[in-house]
Amino acid sequence: MTSQPGTAQLNPQGPFKAGANVALFVTCLVDLFRPSVGFAAVKLLEEAGCRVSVPDAQTCCGQPAYNSGDRKTAVDIAKQTIAAFEAFDFVVAPSGSCGGMIKHHYPQLLAEDAVWGPRAEGLAARTYELTQFLAEQCGKTDFGARLSGNCTYHDSCSSLREMKVKAAPRDLLKQVAGLTLTEMEETDACCGFGGTFCIKFPDVSNSMAARKVATIDATGADLLLAGDLGCLMNLAGKMKRDGSRVQVRHVAEVLAGMTDEPAIGEERNS
Amino acid sequence: MSFVPTSNAFKENAAGALKDVPLQEALGIARHHSIQTRLNTVAKMPEFESLRDIGRDLKNHIIANLDHYLLQFEQSVIDRGGKVHWCPDGESARAKVLEICRTVNAKTVTKGKTMIGEEIGINDFLFANGIEPVETDLGEYIIQLRGETPSHIIGPALHVTKAQVEETFRAAHTDLDPKRNLDDAATLMAEAREKLRAGFLKADVGITGANFLIADEGATTIVTNEGNGDLTQTLPRIHIVLASIEKVVPSLKDAMTLLRILARSATGQEQSVYTTFSSGPRRPSDLDGPEEFHVVLIDNGRSAYLGSDLEEMLRCIRCGACLDHCPVYHSVGGHAYGWVYSGPIGSLLTPMLVGVENAKPLPNASTLCGRCESVCPVRIPIPKLLRNWREREFSRAITPQTERSGLWFWAFMAKRPLLYRLVTRIGARALFNLAGQHGRLSSAPLASGWTKHRDLPATQGRTFQEQWKAKKGARS
Ligand code: SF4
Repeated sequence: MTSQPGTAQLNPQGPFKAGANVALFVTCLVDLFRPSVGFAAVKLLEEAGCRVSVPDAQTCCGQPAYNSGDRKTAVDIAKQTIAAFEAFDFVVAPSGSCGGMIKHHYPQLLAEDAVWGPRAEGLAARTYELTQFLAEQCGKTDFGARLSGNCTYHDSCSSLREMKVKAAPRDLLKQVAGLTLTEMEETDACCGFGGTFCIKFPDVSNSMAARKVATIDATGADLLLAGDLGCLMNLAGKMKRDGSRVQVRHVAEVLAGMTDEPAIGEERNS
Repeated sequence: MSFVPTSNAFKENAAGALKDVPLQEALGIARHHSIQTRLNTVAKMPEFESLRDIGRDLKNHIIANLDHYLLQFEQSVIDRGGKVHWCPDGESARAKVLEICRTVNAKTVTKGKTMIGEEIGINDFLFANGIEPVETDLGEYIIQLRGETPSHIIGPALHVTKAQVEETFRAAHTDLDPKRNLDDAATLMAEAREKLRAGFLKADVGITGANFLIADEGATTIVTNEGNGDLTQTLPRIHIVLASIEKVVPSLKDAMTLLRILARSATGQEQSVYTTFSSGPRRPSDLDGPEEFHVVLIDNGRSAYLGSDLEEMLRCIRCGACLDHCPVYHSVGGHAYGWVYSGPIGSLLTPMLVGVENAKPLPNASTLCGRCESVCPVRIPIPKLLRNWREREFSRAITPQTERSGLWFWAFMAKRPLLYRLVTRIGARALFNLAGQHGRLSSAPLASGWTKHRDLPATQGRTFQEQWKAKKGARS
């Protein structure tokens, strides 16, 4: 696939047009743990009319450093990411957390910098979470997917509160033939992941996850979906440890009709 | 300092709290109740969100002009015949309270609920000096009998179940008829009230906190749901108000503005049952009131944060909504935080008040989920301020060495995309092979924090970037 980045400079915040150059911010977790989510995202974006590129120089958005108080490293990584992505019309991440980092925290990190501050702002204005981009920018919710079952949807904290994503994944899931959605209680409560938090405070994190799992179980759903792999790995890890039969997947896999890979933490059958 | 903080033992405290069955029961009840009641009241007030903006702007204006309003407040109090005592720290505040009590040879003081009183440890200090402090707030009274500290800013006994309250009363009220039925909240309240009323009458001094200090009127105000504050401040000969400096507001109108968002955020009420104003000692025409009125104005380290990256925490009006909505608080309760203030705001205030070296885990004990900020009536960006504390810890090398080394190693790779690709390719394969058919790992090298309670989902064998490169190569 070829990409022709560069139109961003001419039309930095313009509305979406078919053929727009979209850069996928894969996210470090998807890259390492669940590439199928990345391919699902590419498929969805292409079907929505985007020309998708995956910039080479991306690694991680820098949150581990930022949230641990290592501001200098966070700034270095922010600059590296901005440089790698700013030539594109849009940046899309299959994660509200990484999207929120680019959209809200990069401009804050670089606010005092006369050169990088405006560049961070420029990129932030063109950065979206995947489902939000598809539904609100591309204006496409029906991707022809079908899957029979009853799902529930977990809003990640950064999707919900930083990126203001609430309706988009639900609007998209409504179009999946055969799938029903049952909402859990306290959809705005954290699942206990919190990046390095879940490793530093395993007992507290486990208690938070347990409450979340109880609300998931109460829906009777057989499939848990979310837009952030961090939450999903946390919840799948907890649920599988406890012997739950609920399957756990990233929403993009379902929307793209790519559910051949075993669900997260599930046994491989081959 | 009131009592020695155990905040550095947050993890151990939390582990204990997670195993404490009655505590978990109490936390569960409180969580359901507080979230729902706030939602219900806020839904009835379309202008609530804009009031939060107004509250934020008002508090910012006050903080920027704190010296002006405090001096104005002092002058107004003097004009009404009262006194203001400026105390830079807890020690000077305690000494001042004792000095005032001694002028009337006080043997008993009644107390309304005051968090600043907890902050400076006034109860233990008075007791050690031969003066008996009697708590008149039901929650404070319960924990006083139990020898505990508050576990919530506005619900000090939130951690206590009803059955435990009954147990406590039966143990402490020796004249209580064992046959008397105490199994509902109303009779428990009546039982406490009987005991408390006696305290009001024999007290020489009444000590209350203040929700606001009103600069132009020289008045202080408290809100309660029990009316105990009124009796505490009108019956005894001397009324002492303990207040920290950021409680000042320009006018009565401003106090009313903040009260509207305070009550709704705190208890989900449109208004607290009692809102009581005090201004100066009794005048000849007054029917009741104290003979002397003292305001002990306490800084205790706050002014050092004016103009800093943490200044916004001084906007707090102590409503407790951030605790009520915090998933970490829901798991461990208030005592795990190891000092007077708990929950998200406690994790901001405790490092300021006891030193960040004595509260190292607190700013880190949060997923930064932002639910606190989403309900804070004065829009304090709590996650951002927690992160600012983390930055201070990192730059002062308070962050543990293992974490710093791990971060350094990760950052080294994250800043070198080519190296990063190589290492992740190896990692993806290793984890895939390690998990085999199973698809997940119940333990993994260097991942014990993760695998203590959860499995680690396996990778899919090859990284996205590796597969993408291969695909692109095949397509072009
Ligand atoms: S920080 Fe905000 S929500 Fe928390 S107690 Fe203070 S005013 Fe209330």
